[in-house]
Amino acid sequence: MDTDVATTPVKPAPVRAGAQSDSQLGDRVFHLLCLAGALTVGVLLLLVLWQLLKGSHLSLQKFGLKFFTSSHWNPVTDEFGALPFIFGTVISSLIALLIAVPLGVGTAIYLTDLAPVKLRQPMTSLIEMLAAVPSVVWGLWGLFVLMPLLRENVYPILQKWLGFLPLFQGPIYGIGLLTSGVILAIMILPIVTSVSREVLRSVPNLQREAAYALGATRWEVTRIAVLSYARRGLFGAAVLGLGRAIGETMAVTMVIGNTPFIGLSLFHPASTLASGIANEFTEATSDLYLSSLFELGLVLLGVTILVNILAQVMVRAFTTAETRRVA
Amino acid sequence: MKNLLTKSLVAAVGLSVAIGCSQKQEVVKAQTLINGAGSSFDNPAFMMWKDAYSKHDKDVQINYQSVGSGAGIKQLTSQTVDFGASDAPMTDEAMKAAPGKILHIPVVAGAVAVTYNIPGSPKLKLDESTLAGIYLGEITKWNDAKIASLNEGVKLPDTSIIVVHRSDGSGTSFIFTDYLSTVNKEWAAKVGKNTSVNWPAGVGGKGNEGVAGQVKQLPGAIGYVELAYAKQNKLPVADLKNAAGKFIAPSPESVSEAMATATIPDDFRFSMVNAPGEGSYPIAGASWVLLYEKQSDAKKGKILVNFLKWCVTEGQKMSPQLDYAPLPDSVQQRAVKLLDTVK
Repeated sequence: MDTDVATTPVKPAPVRAGAQSDSQLGDRVFHLLCLAGALTVGVLLLLVLWQLLKGSHLSLQKFGLKFFTSSHWNPVTDEFGALPFIFGTVISSLIALLIAVPLGVGTAIYLTDLAPVKLRQPMTSLIEMLAAVPSVVWGLWGLFVLMPLLRENVYPILQKWLGFLPLFQGPIYGIGLLTSGVILAIMILPIVTSVSREVLRSVPNLQREAAYALGATRWEVTRIAVLSYARRGLFGAAVLGLGRAIGETMAVTMVIGNTPFIGLSLFHPASTLASGIANEFTEATSDLYLSSLFELGLVLLGVTILVNILAQVMVRAFTTAETRRVA
Repeated sequence: MKNLLTKSLVAAVGLSVAIGCSQKQEVVKAQTLINGAGSSFDNPAFMMWKDAYSKHDKDVQINYQSVGSGAGIKQLTSQTVDFGASDAPMTDEAMKAAPGKILHIPVVAGAVAVTYNIPGSPKLKLDESTLAGIYLGEITKWNDAKIASLNEGVKLPDTSIIVVHRSDGSGTSFIFTDYLSTVNKEWAAKVGKNTSVNWPAGVGGKGNEGVAGQVKQLPGAIGYVELAYAKQNKLPVADLKNAAGKFIAPSPESVSEAMATATIPDDFRFSMVNAPGEGSYPIAGASWVLLYEKQSDAKKGKILVNFLKWCVTEGQKMSPQLDYAPLPDSVQQRAVKLLDTVK
């Protein structure tokens, strides 16, 4: 990427005039096809944006910026504000990330550096199978199996030991922000793990061998030679997971409790942008109501883009600091 | 197992025969296709009716999309379907936005049952002020004096009540909030009625199955579901005090009674909650087919009217199979009369 030699096309020496023009035509077609493919993505995104803007025009006009700051969501009086949905989306995704990233990266380290070679492939396949479970199944499992388990065995303990924090106060319903965060964590675990695994595998063995040669322990090798080398890639894995968590709908809808809420307690039911849209779209009766749901979609797109930009900026800040330190 | 096998075999044979027939007919004479869209509550009824009606009149094919009441009204307004179906009557505003006069024809009626999760699932009795108090978040314990006084002899636990409501917009929520708004001033002022409202308390579940699932999973929970769903899943349901002061269990009969005693205006945009009849269940509602009074295609319009007339008369005999309440005779006659005015 940063070497000019690799990117400058090297002209092949002309062999026969006819053959050359043939290959040039082929190249041109190939180039155009790839360009069309790349453009499709951009065009699709623009079309989505245009449609969302068109759909949400009524609500944009009526509420303006108040849509982002108001926490009232009342279909009866036609007052709509997106803040509780943004809150629910961001918090549940962050909880998911807090759980899934250490777990995913840990699994990836085990799979690339520590596990017996025989175990590596079967375990990888197992984790990738998690990704194939449909999200509604996760939701049902979350509601009927995981939620009662957490409510009876985990949350009371959390409240007992960490109850002095406002995060763990209030009545325990079972469904709510924390439960949806846990379900999301399980759902993004496969992508975080497999991307982290690829990243760790791309760390040159020379790095590890050099560290071992210096007499480092396994933990030191992992920390110094592997993790710090792979930091940027691991960050990317987390961002991919976050992207998935933000947009997840069905499973969250089933375990989050679907109440527009802003507050400190993680046990409280809440609502996310995606679940709000899924819940209310079919029966939105007034035009303004429907338009506000479109605007929720617009906000969801905005939050996703914002998170990605933020992640890019953080990665850049991270890596430049790193190179400066090394230099 | 054997039974199932025979059934599916019969179904497969029937299907292939049906396909064969329709192909043959296409050659001889094109079928008239009637398109409808709307309420998912009505969907089972239309599924049943369209099969039965196709035997009755082979030249008509009914196609119903279960897309939700709101979407049904939208499609009717933009004239992409021949009829719409909605669990709530259209507002004056929405009627004005349509390009022509729209008629409301009631086709099915149902009830909303109140279900709960308390140890032993005893039969509970509730009245309008307790139910409103619970959903407003003012009554928070099962052994509250108000609930206890209605249920003498029932052992009520000292647990918190967890309110469960629908999280998706739905006709069931409309009927339920319509009832609470009618019987409770505080509810009417604070919350109001709609397919989806700003709930003052509790958690939301998506669909009947979502509400039932959460009620089942949360000890001390109370929720509301369609009667058909509660019956098919054998959920415990509460008897409710009606306008006449009697405690009535939800059933097709008590809903039909409510409809027979409710005041119904000529345009059929009525509410049948808290109906005055002795045996009427108070949280009940109808679902309407919506069509234009002036049909753009007279021939097709006639076919549609014939189908709807059949639905509100012959079709009603099949309703109890699906736990819908059949329309009372008086309503059937009035609906036919209104359908006669379609041009």
